[in-house]
Amino acid sequence: MTAADKQFPPPPILTHPSASPPILVTQGAEGRLYKTTHLLPTLPCALKYRPPKPYRHPALDARLTRARISAEAKVLERCWREGVPVPAVHAMDAAAGWLAMEWIEGVPVRVAINAWLGDAEGEAAPTNEKQEEDLVDLMRRIGEAVGKLHKTGVVHGDLTTSNMMLRPRGSGTPANGEPEAATQDGRAKALEGEVVLIDFGLATQSMSDEDRAVDLYVLERAFASTHPRAERLFGAILDQYKTTFKKAPSVLAKLEDVRMRGRKRSMLG
Amino acid sequence: MDITKKRRRIALGCEGSANKLGVGVILHEGDLSDPSSCTSTVLSNVRHTFVSPPGTGFLPKDTAHHHRSWFVRVAGRALADAGLSPDEIDCVCYTRGPGMGAPLTSVAVGARALALLWGKPLVGVNHCVGHIEMGRAITGASHPVVLYVSGGNTQVIAYAEQRYRIFGETLDIAVGNCLDRFARALEISNDPAPGYNIEQLAKQGGRVLLDLPYAVKGMDCSFSGILTRVEELAAQMKAGQGKGPDGEPYTAADLCFSLQETVFAMLVEITERAMAHVGSSQVLIVGGVGCNERLQEMMGLMAAERGGSVYATDERFCIDNGIMIAHAGLLAYETGFSTPIDESTCTQRFRTDEVLVKWRK
Ligand SMILES: Nc1ncnc2c1ncn2[C@@H]1O[C@H](COP(=O)(O)OP(=O)(O)O)[C@@H](O)[C@H]1O
Ligand SMILES: [Mg+2]
Repeated sequence: MTAADKQFPPPPILTHPSASPPILVTQGAEGRLYKTTHLLPTLPCALKYRPPKPYRHPALDARLTRARISAEAKVLERCWREGVPVPAVHAMDAAAGWLAMEWIEGVPVRVAINAWLGDAEGEAAPTNEKQEEDLVDLMRRIGEAVGKLHKTGVVHGDLTTSNMMLRPRGSGTPANGEPEAATQDGRAKALEGEVVLIDFGLATQSMSDEDRAVDLYVLERAFASTHPRAERLFGAILDQYKTTFKKAPSVLAKLEDVRMRGRKRSMLG
Repeated sequence: MDITKKRRRIALGCEGSANKLGVGVILHEGDLSDPSSCTSTVLSNVRHTFVSPPGTGFLPKDTAHHHRSWFVRVAGRALADAGLSPDEIDCVCYTRGPGMGAPLTSVAVGARALALLWGKPLVGVNHCVGHIEMGRAITGASHPVVLYVSGGNTQVIAYAEQRYRIFGETLDIAVGNCLDRFARALEISNDPAPGYNIEQLAKQGGRVLLDLPYAVKGMDCSFSGILTRVEELAAQMKAGQGKGPDGEPYTAADLCFSLQETVFAMLVEITERAMAHVGSSQVLIVGGVGCNERLQEMMGLMAAERGGSVYATDERFCIDNGIMIAHAGLLAYETGFSTPIDESTCTQRFRTDEVLVKWRK
């Protein structure tokens, strides 16, 4: 047992004796994510557990936890069936607050982009267009994934670069952890791979332009605040979104309205 | 004398973007080339609030009138409390925005008059940045995620590369506005503040939690649906028809309790999401709603689970005040920033991330 496991008791499902002890991978926004195995000791699996939130009224907490786990499972199922790149669902218990799904190799897109751009202090910002093209290419893959998602009638609800994984192509074996160092070709490789959408805890089924536009607006703002240096390339996501998703033009028109509302909101102190 | 060479630097700040008129004086001491040696001391902090009758909100025209009639008295008191004469002050700071146009303008006129009268430079300040800098100075939180919650704003903010970046915000009305309008529906007193009275009433509730919409989208949230629902529930209660999930009638206190539990859970949730996103475990709450003790308690429970802590200030600093404008204005002035008189306008819209935060690394 690691120190982290002691600090955060795992859900009962993970306390059963097993050949491969669960590893607490992250404490995300609201859930804890464990790496464990499902059925076969060689089949890695991600178990997402939403422990009770001590700050929340118990009735509200139970209502939210149950609703979010089952909604997440339902939406993942649907996306998986329709070919949107998401982890497959293995098992769940909404009342107990956990969901077991396919383990995705690689790192969150946020980590890959930041490593590529260089640390805040570093001087590794892209210098020529050819290098920038690698990032633009990743942005296109993001736009494509979001376009496919919206096409199936799902809005994500929390689109950020933390909620997308960059899975190395043809990865069956763990690529394990850190992206490539920021060397010249290492940098290009650091942005390769397939974009897999995760974290559907706030997802809803919706076909409305408004909901889709808010989804894009959330991503746009999260992107700008997380990767200010790459903010100006955001258009590449929207361009590819348009190519992938037939109904994009009306969503993008609505996005303009949503942005306007955003600017108007700063009216009062 | 060059401000960057002075060891003692003093600013007077004027705030009036909503219904509070505030004037305060701050002292910065220490060598600017060694920021860790610098300290801030509040020399005075005077406020006068325009309180409208129960069931009503404050209108721009009446609020501006209030600020104009009190400006000289409040500024005079601030100077007297600080024990200073005007020539000891280095600059006069005022709120450029965001806020209500007429009240902002009336206070800007007052600040301009002082600057001309005393022959001092003027510094225009972003109100939100004022809240953040004052919160950091008072609590010592060095690199927190900031939850800024007031009558006009609801934002989750984190600093990166010389700007306070907005990670999440309300998609419609501000949380304080939601509370204030709910208070009007129940004719809860606006004295000293509607939010304060809701908090007191909520302490008597809690038998039941009424089901209200819960609207979080990523790091953004929305309050208008909740307001609509809670107004309906208030109307049903007044008509003697309101029943809780246990079949018993609910009270005004139960409504206040349920509203607080729901909207504060949303605020804590979006803050936690931002903390996970930027990898921070400090959280600073600023703005008028930030003095709510239940919100502070809930935030503290969340932060503790993440191995961090919550930083908050009391009503002197989290409710709109002049000292925060003086402090943030002086920080900017020390980097060489000032606002020429003929450019000293106000603006109702002024986003937090528009300000270049030159005084931070
Ligand atoms: N299926 C998965 N495979 C591998 N890692 C995952 C998987 N799901 C989540 N993670 C990792 O765990 C983190 C938190 O998971 P997430 O579903 O985003 O939960 P939260 O709601 O707490 O943000 C992610 O940022 C990612 O690094
Ligand atoms: Mg997440």
